[in-house]
Amino acid sequence: MKLKQLEGLLGDLQQFSNPKAELEQYPTGPHIASRILFTAENSFGDVSNKVVADLGCGCGTLGAAAALLGAEQVIGIDIDSQSLEIASQNAEDLELDINFIQSDIKNLGWRGQIVDTVVMNPPFGTRTKGADMDFLFVALKIASQAVYSLHKTSTRDHIKRAALRDFNASSAEVLCELRFDVPQLYKFHKKKEVDIAVDLWRFVPKDNQGKEGKDT
Amino acid sequence: MRLLTHNMLSSNIKGVANGFPLGIEVEKVIEKQVELSADFLRNLFPKIEWKALVDAARTMGYAELPEEVDSSMLDSNEFLTKFHHALLELHLEEGALVCPETGRRFPVTKGIPNMLLHEDEV
Ligand SMILES: C[S@@+](CC[C@H](N)C(=O)[O-])C[C@H]1O[C@@H](n2cnc3c(N)ncnc32)[C@H](O)[C@@H]1O
Repeated sequence: MKLKQLEGLLGDLQQFSNPKAELEQYPTGPHIASRILFTAENSFGDVSNKVVADLGCGCGTLGAAAALLGAEQVIGIDIDSQSLEIASQNAEDLELDINFIQSDIKNLGWRGQIVDTVVMNPPFGTRTKGADMDFLFVALKIASQAVYSLHKTSTRDHIKRAALRDFNASSAEVLCELRFDVPQLYKFHKKKEVDIAVDLWRFVPKDNQGKEGKDT
Repeated sequence: MRLLTHNMLSSNIKGVANGFPLGIEVEKVIEKQVELSADFLRNLFPKIEWKALVDAARTMGYAELPEEVDSSMLDSNEFLTKFHHALLELHLEEGALVCPETGRRFPVTKGIPNMLLHEDEV
C-alpha cells in the first residue's frame, strides 16, 4: 500500500467525540500515524505478518494503520470504553479484525512475549505525571521486537536514560522530530492549537527469553 | 476477542499469584474467517501455552485440537488448519473471563473484555 493511500484511509476514521482531558485524549492524526507505521514496515519490517499492540489506542488510528499494512494480529488497549467503542466501529468500517481490551495500562495482566511490536502515542504525562513512563515500561515488557512511541522532545534525555537503564531496552533511537498539533480540545488551552515538539522513538527490547510466563 | 488474545491476558488482581489462564464463560461465540499464514503460525507456536488454548477452544465449542503437540506437527496442513481456526477465527463476542484464583469475572461485551480493576484490587 502506498503512503498516500494509507493516509487517506486513516483520514476517514472517526475521532474522539467527547475527549477527556485527564486522559490526554487527542487523536494521532492520519499524517503522523501513516508515517510511523510506514517507517516501521518499510525500514524495519516490524509490521506485516506480526503481532502488533497499540497501547492507549484511543480511536485506534495506529492499530488500524498496522492492520492495513498487513499485521496478522492487532491488539488495541485503552482505559476508556467510549474510545474503544469508536475504535471498534472504525475497525469494522475498514473491515479490519482488531482485538480491543479495556484496561489501565498500569494494571495490565500479561503473559509472555507474543507481541512483536508495540506502536503507541501515550499520554505525554502533562496531566498525570509519569503516565508516559508507565506506558514505556509496559511496552518494553510485552514487546519482543520493537517499540515505536511518541514523547515530548523536552524529555529526550530522560527517556533515553530510563529506557536503557531501567526498562530493559537494548537500544533507544530518535527516528525523527515532529511538530505535533494538539488541537484546542480543552478550555485551559488558550491558543487554538498548541504546537509542541515531539520525538518519534524506536526502542529495541533486550532479549526477553527466560521471562516467559511472568506478569507485567 | 480471539483466543490468541486470551493466551496473553492474565488476571492481575492484588494478591493473585498466578492469574493465567483466565477461565471463559460463553454467551456468544462468533467465527470470522481469515487467511491462513503457515509461517506466522510456525513462528507463534513456541510462544503459545498449548493447554490454555486447547481448554479455551473446547469451552468455545471447538474440540478438534490435540492435547499433546510437538513442533513436527507444524508440517501437517491438517494440524495448521485446526490451530489457525482455534487461535484466530473463534471469537468470544459476549461472556466473561474469569480469574482462576479468585473467580472474579471480567465481562466481555461486543468482543471487548473489561479488565479494569476495582480500587481494592490494585
Ligand atoms: C494521545 S491519546 C492516543 C490517541 C490514539 N493513538 C488515537 O489515534 O486515537 C492517549 C490515549 O491513552 C489513553 N490512556 C490514558 N491513560 C491511560 C491508562 N492509564 N491506561 C490505558 N490507556 C490510557 C487515553 O484514553 C487516550 O485514548
